Amino acid sequence: MQNLLEIKDLKIKTLRNKEEVMLLDKVNLNIAPGQCLGIVGESGCGKSITANSLLKLLPYPLSVSSGNAMFKSPSLGMVDLLNLEENAMRGIRGKEIAMIFQEPMTSLDPIFTIERQMKEALEFHHPHMPENEKHERCVEVLKQVNIPRIEQTLASYPHQLSGGQLQRIMIAIALINTPALLIADEPTTALDVTIQAQILELMNNLKHEQNASVMFITHDLGVIAETSEQVAVFYSGHIVEEASAEELFYRPAHPYTEGLIRSISSLNEKGNQLYSIPGNVPPGGELKSYCRFYDRCKYAEDSCKRGLPMLVEVAPKHYCRCFRHSMEVEV
Amino acid sequence: MSDIKRITKKRKFRKDNTLYLLLRDPLGRAGFMGIALIVLLAIFAPYISNFDVAEIHSKDRLQAPNSTYWFGTDNFGRDIFSRIVYGARVSLIVGIVSVSIAAGIGFILGIISGYFEGRIETTIMMVMDVLFAFPSILLALLIVAVLGTSIVNTMIAIGIVNIPVFTRTVRASVKSIKSLDFVADAKSIGLKDRDILIRHIAPNSLASFIVQATLALSSAILTEATMSFLGLGIRPPEPSWGSMLSESRAFMELAPWMVIFPALFIILTILSFNILGDALRDVLDPKLKL
Repeated sequence: MQNLLEIKDLKIKTLRNKEEVMLLDKVNLNIAPGQCLGIVGESGCGKSITANSLLKLLPYPLSVSSGNAMFKSPSLGMVDLLNLEENAMRGIRGKEIAMIFQEPMTSLDPIFTIERQMKEALEFHHPHMPENEKHERCVEVLKQVNIPRIEQTLASYPHQLSGGQLQRIMIAIALINTPALLIADEPTTALDVTIQAQILELMNNLKHEQNASVMFITHDLGVIAETSEQVAVFYSGHIVEEASAEELFYRPAHPYTEGLIRSISSLNEKGNQLYSIPGNVPPGGELKSYCRFYDRCKYAEDSCKRGLPMLVEVAPKHYCRCFRHSMEVEV
Repeated sequence: MSDIKRITKKRKFRKDNTLYLLLRDPLGRAGFMGIALIVLLAIFAPYISNFDVAEIHSKDRLQAPNSTYWFGTDNFGRDIFSRIVYGARVSLIVGIVSVSIAAGIGFILGIISGYFEGRIETTIMMVMDVLFAFPSILLALLIVAVLGTSIVNTMIAIGIVNIPVFTRTVRASVKSIKSLDFVADAKSIGLKDRDILIRHIAPNSLASFIVQATLALSSAILTEATMSFLGLGIRPPEPSWGSMLSESRAFMELAPWMVIFPALFIILTILSFNILGDALRDVLDPKLKL
C-alpha cells in the first residue's frame, strides 16, 4: 500500500428514538503521503464525523457500523483505525494523527497558560523529556507558525490572545509531535479573511517542510483551491464526486459541484446577484434510496428516481455519482 | 513594547488576585471583616475571654451586662462573653470540618457523575436525591440519634447532610465544561479520561465549588446551632451558641441578654458568610473576568 490512509466502505450510524439511523454511507477515501485531501460539502453532510471517526472521537450515540481505515502508522505499522483498542489509539492521537478544530477561541483551556497546554501535548507521548527540552520544542514550533514575542505568548492565557494567534497555537500544538497526518476541520471558518489567508499559507508551507499529509475539511471551495491536490465532494452522507483539484474546477461532473463552483463570488461579476443552489441539504438520517440531489438538481428527470447512482470513473481518476454520466445503479 | 508589558502585567495581577477583587467590593469587604472578627475571636479565645467557660459565679447569677461581665451572666452565673468567644471556636470548627467532609465527598461524586454518563451517574444521583428529600435538620438529627451525641458525630452528621448540594453543583459545572471544545481537544491530543478529569475539568469547576463551600459553611453553622438548641448537638458544658439560646428560653423576660448576644453572633456569622459567598461568586465568575 503506497497510501498513508485508506478508508474503505465507512458507514456511520446514530440512534434516534432508539432506532438506528444512517449518517454516512460507504465512504472510500485515500490519502497519499505528503498529499492534501480536501473534503467539501455543506453543513451536515458528514465531513466532520468522517474525520472524528478516524480518531475514535465520535460523540455518543454516533458509532461506526462498518468499514475500515488502514493507516500506515510509523510506530505500529499497518493498523485499522476503526478497530483499534483505546490504548493504542491514545498513542496515535496527537502523535501520529493530529487534529485542528474550528473554534480556536474555545479550544484551549481558559485557566492555564499556553506553555502548560503545549507541554501537555508533549508530555503524554514523551513522558521522560526534560523540562528545558520541552520548552525548546515549544519555542521551535511557535517559530514555525510565525508567532511573534514567543516567550511572552507562552506565558499568556488564551483570553489575552487573538483568534488568529490562537489558531496558530492550535496548529503548533498539532505539529509539536510531528504527526504523519494532520486533520484540519474547518480551521479557518472562525477567522477573518486576512487571517484566513495567512493561516492557509502557513499550512501550505508546513506541509512542504514536514512532508505531512493533510485532510482538509471545509465548506469553502476557494480554500480547497488553495490547499488541496485531491478533492472529495460530500453530499448527504456520501461522496458525489472525487477528482484532482484541477480536474474538479475545470471539468466538474456532478451538478452539485457545478453549483458549488458557481456560488463562489467573483470580482469580475459586479452587480449580479450571488448564485446559490436552491433548497437545503436533507437532514442527516433521511438518506433517500434514489439520487439524493434529486430535489435540488436542475437536470433532474423522472428517471433519476430509479435508484441510487453509483460512483463511477467518468474520466481518468475522476469519479462521479450521477445518472447523466453512467446508468449504473448502486445495489 | 513596555506599554504592552505594563498592561499585561497589570491585568495579570488583577486577574490572579481574587482577594484584591473581593476587598474592592463593599459587600465583599463587609463579609470578609465579619468573618475575620469571628475567626480572630476563635483563635485568640483564651486571651480575650475574662473567665473560664464553665466557671460558676453563684453570687452573680443573671447579671445584666456590666464592666466585669461584658455580656452579662446566665442562670448559673457563667460569663456570657467568654462563652460566646469559645462558642465561636466550636461553631467554626464544626462548620469547617463538616463542610470539608461534605465538599470532599461531594466534589468527587460530582465529578464522577458529571463525567461518566449512564449507570454510575444514575446510581449516584439516586442516592443524592434520597438524601436531598429529607429535611436537612431531620436527617442530621437522625444520624446523631444513631451515632450518639458528640462533637465528632455532629460534624459527621452535618457533613453527610451537605454532600448532595456539592455533588449537584459540581456535576452541573462538569457537564457544561465537558461539552466545551478544549475537552475534545485534550482528547485528540491523546489524554486519558482520568487526565482530562484531573487536569482540565476539575480545575475549571472549582469556581462554583468554592462559592458553594462558603454558603455551605453558613448553613452548617446554623444547623449546628439548631441541633444544639434541640439538645442533640454539642453537649453542655461545652459552649455552643445554639445550646446557649436553648438555656435562655426560661429566662427570656428576666435576662434578655442571654438571648440577644448568642442570637446576634449567629446572625453576624451567617450573614457574613452569605455576603462573602455572593461577592465571591461575582469575583470568580469567569464571564466577568476579562
